[in-house]
Amino acid sequence: MKNSYKNQNIAFFLLFLSTLLIVVPVGLIVLVIIQKGLPAINWQFLSDMPRQGMRAGGIFPAIIGTVYLVVGAIMFALPIGLLSAIYLSEYSKDDLLTRLIKLAIVNLAGVPSVVYGLFGLALFVVFFKFGVSILSGSLTLGIMILPVIITTSREALESVPQSFREVSLSLGASKWQTIRHIVLPNAIPGILTGTILGLGRAAGETAPILFTVAAFYLPRLPKSVFDQAMALPYHLYVISTQVPNVDEKIRYGTAFVLLTLVLFMNLVAIIIRYKFRKKKKW
Amino acid sequence: MVKFEVHDLNIWFSSIHALKQVNLEIRSNEILSVIGPANSGKTTFLRTLNRLNDLNAAFKMTGAVELERKDIRGIDIEELRRKIGMVFALPLPLPLSIFENVVYGVRMQGERNRKKLEEKTEQALRQAYLWEEVKGRMDESAFKLSGGQQQRLCIARTLAVDPEVILFDEPCSGLDPISTAKVEDAMVKLKEKYTIVLVTNNVKQAARVGDRTAFFLSGELIEIDATDKIFTAPQDKRTDGYIRGRFG
Repeated sequence: MKNSYKNQNIAFFLLFLSTLLIVVPVGLIVLVIIQKGLPAINWQFLSDMPRQGMRAGGIFPAIIGTVYLVVGAIMFALPIGLLSAIYLSEYSKDDLLTRLIKLAIVNLAGVPSVVYGLFGLALFVVFFKFGVSILSGSLTLGIMILPVIITTSREALESVPQSFREVSLSLGASKWQTIRHIVLPNAIPGILTGTILGLGRAAGETAPILFTVAAFYLPRLPKSVFDQAMALPYHLYVISTQVPNVDEKIRYGTAFVLLTLVLFMNLVAIIIRYKFRKKKKW
Repeated sequence: MVKFEVHDLNIWFSSIHALKQVNLEIRSNEILSVIGPANSGKTTFLRTLNRLNDLNAAFKMTGAVELERKDIRGIDIEELRRKIGMVFALPLPLPLSIFENVVYGVRMQGERNRKKLEEKTEQALRQAYLWEEVKGRMDESAFKLSGGQQQRLCIARTLAVDPEVILFDEPCSGLDPISTAKVEDAMVKLKEKYTIVLVTNNVKQAARVGDRTAFFLSGELIEIDATDKIFTAPQDKRTDGYIRGRFG
């Protein structure tokens, strides 16, 4: 008896230690960025164009660029991802081909982002002649987050109890009505989770936008989707490694803004999800 | 009058032969009780009537089921399911309000007139003996009701679509005796207007409410006859054994 208690305590300690091992670095990163970045934040930093080769001024165009890119990526990836998830979970037969497609989609989520960047360059920038532009960048980011959105949406749809579908069909509803009125509303929280994950990833990645949209230094706002744009992650990379003598305050300030932006977008999605969860009544 | 005719019905799920050469008829405005031990094929039989088995990719059938002399596979499937309502084993309200649960099927047919929907709701809830208990709570979640109330809500939901036949799949398996009695009362009243097929594990329930009783065993229809006869003088000794509780 005594021995099993001891074993249990050791196990608890190890589990706790692993958790701590994850939480502490995350906490430290956030702390350092807040500590060093917060002093740089003021209205001018957020709303001004960068000046003197990015050594002074603000990061407004980079913020706007990132917002455009994320919104564009979601606008492209969410409808397509959702529709294919509906097809895969509700309509496709469970045969070898479908299973292969599902497996491929899951694996696509693990493809390095720089590969997506190269793909975007080849397809959107060169082949479709969209040029280095917000459109190309958004589409590339969209393709990158598609697998996450499809996989999580599919799981959300499949987790809606089969009995609900049977009830709906037994009352004379068509298959599409059943999906539209019963399955989808109950899957929305799960779908939003996937969207949140995709959102965060789209906002933070540098590699996919490197060749497709990001401008090194462009102190004005983009005028159309065919314009280049600055973006926060790439801007951060540039001022940290490519431009000498940039004040540390500006670098950490940029990191702080990027972090806050992603957290803010997540927060909005989480609030929407919470609203829908509250409506869920079983 | 004959409502359903079942001819040489055989059903497989992949390689499992779930129903074997079933022949029977179901008459209008009767309660046909279907009894039998677990895995006897009685629920499979029930789900054949409204083609719910078709959802299973492994489902295969031969023979024919005719609703008023028309093969059910020739009837538009949504139309068929509106004509043949179903109440499931567990109370399964949809995650909607009480009102929306009752009008769900009607809404799906495109009815939008609020007044008509409200009339339908009251009428259906009265028929299911639930109106008095829920009339002030239409916008509450259906999950707030007790199990017995939920099951009567499911009956009301089925009635709101104006079916001709109602299939009950062990409707009282999750209910206490008082709720069971209420559901049984509702069923007996309902047979004036509807044809009822009741699958039940409760032999006594079959004896209480069934006009005729069918006994299934291992996918075969062993015997079908008037309930009195089945329970007093069954032809087959396996039927006798089952209703006396010797097996199953």
